[in-house]
Amino acid sequence: MVEPSEPRRSISLPVLGSVSRRTAVKGIGATLGAAAFATAISPLRKLQGEISAEELMQRHYKELSPEDKAQVINRLENETKERFGADVTIDDPRPIPGTKFVYAINLSVCNGNGKCVEACHKENNHDRDTNQSYIRVLEMQKGTMDMEQANTTYDHTVPAEDKFYMPVQCQQCDEPPCTDACPVEATWKEDDGIVVVDYNWCIGCRYCEAACPYHARRFNWKKPNVPAAEINPDQGYLSNRIRPQGVVEKCHYCLHRTRKGRLPACLEACPTGARVFGNILDPESEIRWILENKRVYVLKEELGTKPSFFYYFDS
Amino acid sequence: MSSAPLTSEGMPQTPGHIVSYPRFLVRALMLATDGSLLFYTWMIALTLIFLVGANAWANQVVDGMIVTNMTDHVSWGLYIANFTFMVGVAAGGVMMVIPAYLYRDKRMHDVVLLGEMLAIAAIVMCLLFVVVDMGRPDRSWHIIPIIGRFNFPISMLTWDVIVLNGYLLLNLHICGYLLYMRFLGRTPNPTWYMPFVFLSIAWAISIHTVTAFLYCGLGGRPLWNTALLAPRFLTSAFIAGPAFIIVSMFVLRSLRVPIGDGPIHTLVKIVRITVLINLLMLASEIFTEFYTGGAHTSSARYLYLGLHGANALVPWIWTAIVFNVIGAILFLHPASMRKRGLVITACVLVFVGCWIEKGMGLIVPGFIPSTLHEIVEYMPSLTEWKVTVGIWALGLMIYTIAIKIAAPIMMGNVSLLEHGRKGE
Repeated sequence: MVEPSEPRRSISLPVLGSVSRRTAVKGIGATLGAAAFATAISPLRKLQGEISAEELMQRHYKELSPEDKAQVINRLENETKERFGADVTIDDPRPIPGTKFVYAINLSVCNGNGKCVEACHKENNHDRDTNQSYIRVLEMQKGTMDMEQANTTYDHTVPAEDKFYMPVQCQQCDEPPCTDACPVEATWKEDDGIVVVDYNWCIGCRYCEAACPYHARRFNWKKPNVPAAEINPDQGYLSNRIRPQGVVEKCHYCLHRTRKGRLPACLEACPTGARVFGNILDPESEIRWILENKRVYVLKEELGTKPSFFYYFDS
Repeated sequence: MSSAPLTSEGMPQTPGHIVSYPRFLVRALMLATDGSLLFYTWMIALTLIFLVGANAWANQVVDGMIVTNMTDHVSWGLYIANFTFMVGVAAGGVMMVIPAYLYRDKRMHDVVLLGEMLAIAAIVMCLLFVVVDMGRPDRSWHIIPIIGRFNFPISMLTWDVIVLNGYLLLNLHICGYLLYMRFLGRTPNPTWYMPFVFLSIAWAISIHTVTAFLYCGLGGRPLWNTALLAPRFLTSAFIAGPAFIIVSMFVLRSLRVPIGDGPIHTLVKIVRITVLINLLMLASEIFTEFYTGGAHTSSARYLYLGLHGANALVPWIWTAIVFNVIGAILFLHPASMRKRGLVITACVLVFVGCWIEKGMGLIVPGFIPSTLHEIVEYMPSLTEWKVTVGIWALGLMIYTIAIKIAAPIMMGNVSLLEHGRKGE
């Protein structure tokens, strides 16, 4: 490594005209190396056209002026048309003052038919190839609340003997570990209690996915594939617009519907009536009645996440 | 830089820094690129491996992280495993810094740059392992304070960004300053580096503590949610770092770089202690998990014994345990002070043992079973291996170049004087 006795050539700086042969060989080596490196990373060229300059420079959601937002939304609508061949409308409904959304599921009624899972898949323009959805239904063993004895991949007729069913999606925690984890504030809790993601700000580190105790978050491992005819054109910027590759997403209580007075798609699809959704701040609401009169519980209460998602049994 | 430098007698008028610093850089560049056939072969081989990794990464960015074997269940894998381990290697260099500066071990002081340069190479690797794990590397600027949105102090990841980059800068400064002074033939001025050395000692502890806090702060992951994690991380760091340095010292010796027995013996003595503390902590963890039982311990059961027929990590972790135990016995044997082959074997065993224990044996089982107790297993894909090996190759290149520059300067073979004389 060290050649202590080798006499050094008398060149202090690589001056033109007195370049030694060794320096020339080094120069060729460096050029070859640079060229090889450029070739090695040349697949990155395919990203041209995939990521526009505007997208690259886009600011965080909370820093966008109304004009910026209109521009961004316009760009996203055009990109959806170009890449997926669908005409869509992307809206950005804001929380309704005096509203805090809460969900409850009656586990005595839920029979594990999975219609909610399917409805979520369609409503939220999930990737068709991976059959993604924000909801997982656990087939639980009667007599235990131990999830280790549950099964999420059952494919038999429901309900099965000795089983009950527990759908799990984002619990919209009041103390969300996921938003604390995010290093770039790409995910936060809104005033109506919904935890959202700015899909154009997320860097895809997946720390939030590790932090979530409810397996509520999903990562876009690839570019989503949704046939044009199946795309739900009624979209929200912070909810069901088609997500870019490489970012995290999650259940947003269908805010593009619920902030406009409609119910979440999973609730509408439920044939059993197990799902109840509403504004906990409204004393007349059904959800309020349930929370006051049923013996409700939350998942993993001991973790202190304070979910806005409740479960109860009727009988 | 106005403080009067101690000059050796007969020294000619030295030019100002404006002239001598560029000369230092040019000389460093020449040292980095001049070498024997062995050197060129080694560097070209590493370059080729690095290029394979770079290509695999570029494809991963284009096709998406679907080309890895990670899933929504096991959402971190080989990359973050290596990241965690390399933070330890970076911190491990401090086991040379402490004897050299706190205990004024003269012989260790002569070679302490090896530890500091290892820290530089390891931190660069850490940063790359994080970048290749990102779904959107094009948005990296979002994490730069002021330009982006830095979720400090809430997100532990922002703490990690600060401590890792800070540690890199500290070590770059210390190494750069000492080498430059040596190049000028001056005695380094303690005011310009000693405060940074002491800061770097505390900082080394912080990088691994903060990295442990990334995991142990997550209440939903029982395997990581233990107060023992940061101490364990530090202990295994003080095995893996010194082990790597011991081996590199033997390699340098065989390349005729004069390295005495003193520093090697000091490092062997340090590893003798840390390797035992690490085993004690392992036993403590295993006892707590298995004597208690219950759902909170299912990740540990999966890791060590397998769970419901899933047992992909069982061979890994038992390899780690066997390696660490044999390594400990070899280190404790008196011959480890004399027999080169024995101590190198011990170093390799504990290095690999810690790599498994802290990487695949810690990051992956944290996700298995998932938070909804589903069992989805994980083994890295070919892309992940290529990218990982590529980053290791780059790290070795950085370390090699750093030593290549530092060794002749520290041995006094290359200096401004010699440079000036020959340049006349």
